[in-house]
Amino acid sequence: MMSRRAEALLALLLVAALVLAAWAAPWLRFVLTVALARGLAVLGILLLLRAGQVSFGHAMFLAAGAYTVAFAAPAVPETLLLLPAAALLSGLSGLLIGLFVVRYRDIFFGMLNLALSMVFYSVLEKFYSITKGTDGIRVPPLTVAGVEPGPEVQGWIMFGLALGLALACAVGVRAYLASPMGQALAGIKTRETRLEFLGVPARRVLLFAYVLSAAMGGASGALIAMTSRHVTPQLAYWTSSGELIFIGILGGAGSALGPFLGALAFELVRVYAAAAVADAWQMILGAVLLAVILFAPGGLVGILSKRRGRA
Amino acid sequence: MTAPPLLSARGLRLAFGGVKAADGIDLDVMPGEFLAIIGPNGAGKTTFINMTTGYLRPQAGAIEYEGRPILGLAPRAIVRRGIGRSFQLPQLFAEHTVLENAALAIAARVGIWSPLTPLLRPGFRKEAVELLARFGLEGVAEARADALNEGARKLADIAMAVALEPRLLLMDEPTSGVAASEKMGVVETLVRVLREAGVTAVFVEHDMDVVARFADRVAVWSQGRILALGPPGEILADPVVRREVIGIEAAGAAPAHG
Repeated sequence: MMSRRAEALLALLLVAALVLAAWAAPWLRFVLTVALARGLAVLGILLLLRAGQVSFGHAMFLAAGAYTVAFAAPAVPETLLLLPAAALLSGLSGLLIGLFVVRYRDIFFGMLNLALSMVFYSVLEKFYSITKGTDGIRVPPLTVAGVEPGPEVQGWIMFGLALGLALACAVGVRAYLASPMGQALAGIKTRETRLEFLGVPARRVLLFAYVLSAAMGGASGALIAMTSRHVTPQLAYWTSSGELIFIGILGGAGSALGPFLGALAFELVRVYAAAAVADAWQMILGAVLLAVILFAPGGLVGILSKRRGRA
Repeated sequence: MTAPPLLSARGLRLAFGGVKAADGIDLDVMPGEFLAIIGPNGAGKTTFINMTTGYLRPQAGAIEYEGRPILGLAPRAIVRRGIGRSFQLPQLFAEHTVLENAALAIAARVGIWSPLTPLLRPGFRKEAVELLARFGLEGVAEARADALNEGARKLADIAMAVALEPRLLLMDEPTSGVAASEKMGVVETLVRVLREAGVTAVFVEHDMDVVARFADRVAVWSQGRILALGPPGEILADPVVRREVIGIEAAGAAPAHG
């Protein structure tokens, strides 16, 4: 675990590097915005990882947020309303699904999430008259606080929103994990029976985390929908869920910054690897993940904190 | 004894297949007493604790605590009524420090539903430090729970139960696995803390020296029944108990582990 100062310093460096990169290379700004948004969903998954639970279907909440934006945008094209609405709706679906899945642990928990996400994927894909199937839905131009900005300003606003939300959620998650509720969450992983014999309902502890993670997934999906302006069922497909876990492992679960480091590394490797070797970029990603698992089980965050520890 | 019993079990029956783990258990636990449960393995001692704490449901019988029925309540609900429990295998949060374990137990009593204030807030930290000091665990407060020796793990496990401020504490073999050299120290610490806190205790114990020294009454379990119940001097001298349960014929001080 990183010290508080090291973490704050790393966060500051990261923010500075991101703003600089986005300013120097405008095409990169889009990639970075999506990376930050995905990091947000991974941060949600990290909460469940604290309880030792892996959700193999968390992209369903990301997709729920994205489709909330796609469906509601024609009627309410306001960014500052759509974003919280998407988080709220995903959080509510998280509550509904959570009431069911928090009764299960380990592989059953993971597979139930996977199954439900694939049901959601099928619904999005098959109900063409409503969802436009695999064609997906185009998101119309959106206003920000009632004003419709030009594409350049819009790009910066989305980047700023993603960055701000990422920071706020990282700080919030950090506080939550240190709180009795967050520590009880970690207790589910090591000794769930003890929690019950302390009079603490373990399921409710996990449900709270699940709803939070679903809401973060929803916000993530909303940001992605607003940035890419196009949503497809692919967002809910199992490979999307898999990518989120991939990013989580890549970044490391030891710090709230891990998901964002992981997401940035993932998107950048993807962009550059795809440009360099168009057919084999997934192989490169695979090799990177393998290297992380074998040589740096703490993920990118683990590598960085070790460096600092030695220095 | 004139005060009403703190815990009252009547006619508890529970069979696992053909094995009768409880075959008509009647037992009153009086306020303030230390009641030792002895008996061979498989006699149903742990089953009794599991039934009282809501972990197992008997097929017949009734259990009242402070005059109210508790059978059918979830373990959580029973804990909230004031019945604590410690385990034969200490149930600690292995990846947390001992201090965090204690603080979590304190938080569980006070209320854990605050997602933004840290667990180790000054109030909880202070109480956790004091709690650990009472158990002589202040030296290992910052150690991870899975790094402790068995004696310290047992005490930490019991400390977590005591943090909930129970009026009745059920302890399953508090000294098993503890090195012989540590054993009396562990029990002395334990008994001192529980007496100070005014906690009534029921403990399963295999060490007859511990039983003779610290129990007010002894209940002898055998095949799901209570074979004998009374003060330790009387029970431990009973020839039937000595032969059937303790496993020694002649007078001797050797404790039996069965």
